[in-house]
Amino acid sequence: MTYARELIAPRPAPPAASKPWTASRIVAIAVLALWAALAVAIVALMVGGWDEAKFLRYGPRYLSGLWITISLVGLAVVLGAILSLPIAFARMSKNRIIGGIAYAYVYVFRGTPLLAQLFLIYYGLGSFRPQLEAVGLWWFFREAWYCGLLSLTLNTAAYQAEILRGAIGSVPHGQHEGAAALGLSKSVAFRKIVLPQALIVALRPYGNEIVLLIKGSAVVAIVTVYDLMGETRYAFSRTFDYQTYLWAAIFYLTIVEALRHIWAALEARLTRHLKR
Amino acid sequence: MSGWLSALATALDPLCGPIGIFSLVGQNSLISCGDSGWGDEIAFGVKVTITLAVATLPIGLLLGFLIALAAQSQDRMLRAAVGIYTTIFRGLPELLTLFIVYYGMQLLIQSVLSAFGINERIEINAFLAGMIALAVVFSSYSSEVLLSAFRAIPRGQYEAGDALGLHRSRTMILIVLPQLVRIALPGLGNLWMILLKDTSYVSIIGLADIIRQTGIAARVSKEAFFFYFLACMLYLALAVISSFGLSFIERWSRRGEGRR
Repeated sequence: MTYARELIAPRPAPPAASKPWTASRIVAIAVLALWAALAVAIVALMVGGWDEAKFLRYGPRYLSGLWITISLVGLAVVLGAILSLPIAFARMSKNRIIGGIAYAYVYVFRGTPLLAQLFLIYYGLGSFRPQLEAVGLWWFFREAWYCGLLSLTLNTAAYQAEILRGAIGSVPHGQHEGAAALGLSKSVAFRKIVLPQALIVALRPYGNEIVLLIKGSAVVAIVTVYDLMGETRYAFSRTFDYQTYLWAAIFYLTIVEALRHIWAALEARLTRHLKR
Repeated sequence: MSGWLSALATALDPLCGPIGIFSLVGQNSLISCGDSGWGDEIAFGVKVTITLAVATLPIGLLLGFLIALAAQSQDRMLRAAVGIYTTIFRGLPELLTLFIVYYGMQLLIQSVLSAFGINERIEINAFLAGMIALAVVFSSYSSEVLLSAFRAIPRGQYEAGDALGLHRSRTMILIVLPQLVRIALPGLGNLWMILLKDTSYVSIIGLADIIRQTGIAARVSKEAFFFYFLACMLYLALAVISSFGLSFIERWSRRGEGRR
């Protein structure tokens, strides 16, 4: 029987592999240097162009614009979600006329730019002033804020209806049959069995849709709503200071990134029973 | 030859040609072509919108492809570099990106020129600014689509390329790209539709696209509802045509798959 009589003497660790200068590393360093230079330039612009008076004058306006953006998007998401329910059901209905109408609604609102829809509602419907006054709706279409809210709501309702339809369609057919076998009525089966599973599937697209809506809501600035973008344009038109746009960029990036992280955490929490 | 071609293009012009929609509605309507109506102005806007979208597409695709390549590289720094890019441009509203590019480029060129002692006021071409801003946004979204398409291609395909003795670039062009196109096409088609709609923002920096031309017509003729409705319908027509084109391209890209 043979066995080792001596242990292998301890040896020094192998030398660290030297990183070669590949093309991708050079590109990476060049691009990172470019980002760093841009960041330094932006910070220099902001520090060099710092103006206490401007900050005191436009700072509160930016905050009120931020609040208008957030409230507009929040209301539009909720109202759009309510409106998207009947559209999604109409889209899934077996009646071809109802289904066709819902399909046309979704197609029109997803196929045309939000800007065109907003102009159509604000300027287009606004030109029917006598008729609107006759039916007592003029107070609504006179205000740019209401028109912005309406166009955002109609737009997001079309997108949310598609999200909802896709999510409900993704629930396996066996779930419906299982509910029927248990003797549950259709409405109870939908509320207790289909909808919870569908909403988990729909969670990620809903998050994307809210982000898209926050970004899309900037167009209401064009029809004189003083949201974040509107206040930015106001400040720029008064000062011709490029910083105004950089501040807006910081605000928008912060909102969107915060929402994305909150949504990712929410999704991880809500789908923890599906992790294997 | 070129005269013959332009004559053919005029004859087949879908908006203002002899069999165009705007010509068929009559001579003295709001949208007839010529001095009495707004048809030719709006047709010009449609051309600008299409040109802008078509000119943006290859730049955005190429940028997005390079970003997707960088995003799956082994190098952590390269991934971080493109991560910053996509995070910024996916998080900013397109309108704000457009303003930042438009005014930022003016500022940049002016400061570079003033460093050389030239103090002139520079006006940047709105078309160029719109193209750059839309290409940047398009590239940051298309890189995501292309990246997930890259991930769908098995490693064995690259290994097979190596085993055949192909160079890395040949492997990419001959083996990976054809499959990549097939996988990424639906996503890229969606992005094309979004790009087509996003071109409407350039009207705000003064480019004569559909929205701007119909807006001018609406203001002058006081028929705002009609003209903005027309703008929506024109965008819708472009979307319908695109979806037909896209389904054709998708079928073409699957021609090698055979029946299963």
